Amino acid sequence: ISMYHKEKSIQVKNSASALYNNLGVLRIAPRHLTYFTVVHANVVNMVSASWDGLNYSHRQLQSKEPNVATSTSLIMQAAFCPLPSRDLLVVTSQKGIQMYESDGSIMVYWHALDTPETPTAQAVFARGISAVRESYICVGVSSGAILVFDVPIKGSNITLSEVLKEHKESITDIAPECSGQPGMECIADLVSADDGGNLCVWKSGEDFQLLNNIPGFDMSCSSVKLWKGTVVAGYGTGQIHLYEAVTGILHAEINAHARWIYSLDIAPFSGLLLSAAEDSLVRVWHLTMTPETNSVEVAHLHNECVTDTQICGAKFCDGDGYAFAVTGYDLSEIIRYTQS
Amino acid sequence: MSSRTLPLLFINLGGEMLYILDQRLRAQNIPADKAKKVMNDIITTMFNKKFLEELFKPQELYSKKALRTVFDRLAHASIMRLNQASMDKLYDLMTMAFKYQVLLCPRPKDILLISFNHMDAIKDFVKDTPSILSQVDETYQQLIEMYTTLCSGEFQLIRQTLLIFFQDMHIRVSALCCLLLCFPLCQVSIFLKDKVQNSNGRFVLPTSGPVPYGTQVPGLIRMFSCTGEEVTRLQFNNGGNYTAALREGSFEIFRDRVTKLGTNMYSVSRPVETHMSGTSKNSAQHTKVNTAPNPLAKEELNLLAKLMGGLEVPKSGNADNGFRVNLFNTDEEEEEALISRPGDLSYGVINIQATKDQQVNAELAKIMGEFTESGEQSPSSSSKGDDLLAMMDGL
Repeated sequence: ISMYHKEKSIQVKNSASALYNNLGVLRIAPRHLTYFTVVHANVVNMVSASWDGLNYSHRQLQSKEPNVATSTSLIMQAAFCPLPSRDLLVVTSQKGIQMYESDGSIMVYWHALDTPETPTAQAVFARGISAVRESYICVGVSSGAILVFDVPIKGSNITLSEVLKEHKESITDIAPECSGQPGMECIADLVSADDGGNLCVWKSGEDFQLLNNIPGFDMSCSSVKLWKGTVVAGYGTGQIHLYEAVTGILHAEINAHARWIYSLDIAPFSGLLLSAAEDSLVRVWHLTMTPETNSVEVAHLHNECVTDTQICGAKFCDGDGYAFAVTGYDLSEIIRYTQS
Repeated sequence: MSSRTLPLLFINLGGEMLYILDQRLRAQNIPADKAKKVMNDIITTMFNKKFLEELFKPQELYSKKALRTVFDRLAHASIMRLNQASMDKLYDLMTMAFKYQVLLCPRPKDILLISFNHMDAIKDFVKDTPSILSQVDETYQQLIEMYTTLCSGEFQLIRQTLLIFFQDMHIRVSALCCLLLCFPLCQVSIFLKDKVQNSNGRFVLPTSGPVPYGTQVPGLIRMFSCTGEEVTRLQFNNGGNYTAALREGSFEIFRDRVTKLGTNMYSVSRPVETHMSGTSKNSAQHTKVNTAPNPLAKEELNLLAKLMGGLEVPKSGNADNGFRVNLFNTDEEEEEALISRPGDLSYGVINIQATKDQQVNAELAKIMGEFTESGEQSPSSSSKGDDLLAMMDGL
């Protein structure tokens, strides 16, 4: 019996673009709803799906055009940022960073990137989005900088608190410590990754502190996660590496995929890991931490092949990993799988 | 996104165009000297120094409409004429072929190898003409200089930019089944079993074959102790049928590229068909339409003018020398194709209409060249430049 089976797909207005981590998921338990976001060129398609499968509502968000309309601004990523006080939807593009209320109804903040008047050889864009701790949202930039925004409990008085300049190459992904276990003190709050495969581990605060820099091997790390002090990184070679965040010790190395990895996700309550790549495969793994021996074990559990599709987004829909959703290049649907 | 995408898009599409034209010229038994002239004229125009200078500048990709205009002009750079239906089909074939190559290339960096495959073939077309050959060689150098130092992530950004450009295009091309003719005998059986494109126009992405250079065959988990010693090895089922990577293709001027993507897949006699399979209801036209049409179109037009300024089209409007090439089997088929082409698959290039509108940008007027002072068109240039003027009329 297969661990997961396919459910009814959600139709989306446009097909997904080939971008890293191209699926946003936000579970709204009190309203029995889940929000999904998929990026298509200069548009974010949002779907609100009721848990009973009966109601779907759609919304589209456009990238903010600059005042002087020189060219369309392509969106690099859209991701939900759940904070204790509020949830925001952050959209990053070639021109800047837009922040919306989580249902996409109102834009509460806009930050413009320094874009040169005539295009330069090095592209300019924002990519890599993460909520951190109580009140921060971190966004990566093509220069390697990470912008730290301070988010008030409500309202639009969001401010740029700090700019972290550690990475020398374009940021690809940023992720928070997601174990969510009260009482478990995790030293590291955040991990950031770049096009050279370099990983930076941070402690958040009024001034963010760099805890560790794990050097890459000249291969882009397109997706990264941080769980119980372990960094899980997916690379363009199809490999997944697990590192101890603060020391950089390599726990495990997986020859996971035959093509570039586009998305990783972790279900924090069960330790399930999801990986998806251009090779059409989504794989489910299980991570076990043994603090006594300071070891991490990885077991492979399940494969799903999305035929003839280069996958660009894959996320669990709940904290246990009971269900997950997938997007693919040129596909106008969100494919869903549930545990059997 | 990436500002380094346009040269690769142009060279690869241009290469595919030359493959197709070469095949059609031979299929229609055009005399060798005329065929050679057409190929030489087009290649000369493609590799014009001023044109390439503009092309290689950092910039965003053009819209589909603008790029189509450039290729329309290129296809008419010689004594050969194409009707709209044939031009549409030519463009369909070119774009779907390159989309396929971009999708299937194992590593993003391999797009450069694909480009070199096209360049190698172009070089072969003009190997007897030293003047054009040197232009082509110079372009190799430019490509090597610009691209060989880029990191993997930057190549992936270029690839992602190309994939956005090709998004939602699913035209069925039966020529893609011709790929099997290109491959050594021992591999033919694999391709006979596998189709290349499904009936809905989507490409088959095999979960078998060699992994990309630099990637390991999936299936191994290695776990380490704190001191770095390997503690456990676990195998898992990778769900595919992969083999080890082939050797790396060369990025130098004269070498083995290893990949067959970007080589000529058209055989001389096999007819090439395209099918407008049920167009995707989520047509790319739907959201790519600019919400602020006028300013954007103007900017594009200015860029286009600069680019076209470099496209010095040789004057060859002599009616005796000229001939028409048909991408279809018969004239009737060509006419039928024009009538039955679905609306949302039109490339938006406005059909040729003579116009006497004098409100033209001075730069553009210079490009047109053939226009006399009074604004009347000289008889030999029945359609050159009208399309750009018509585009401007539409603003």
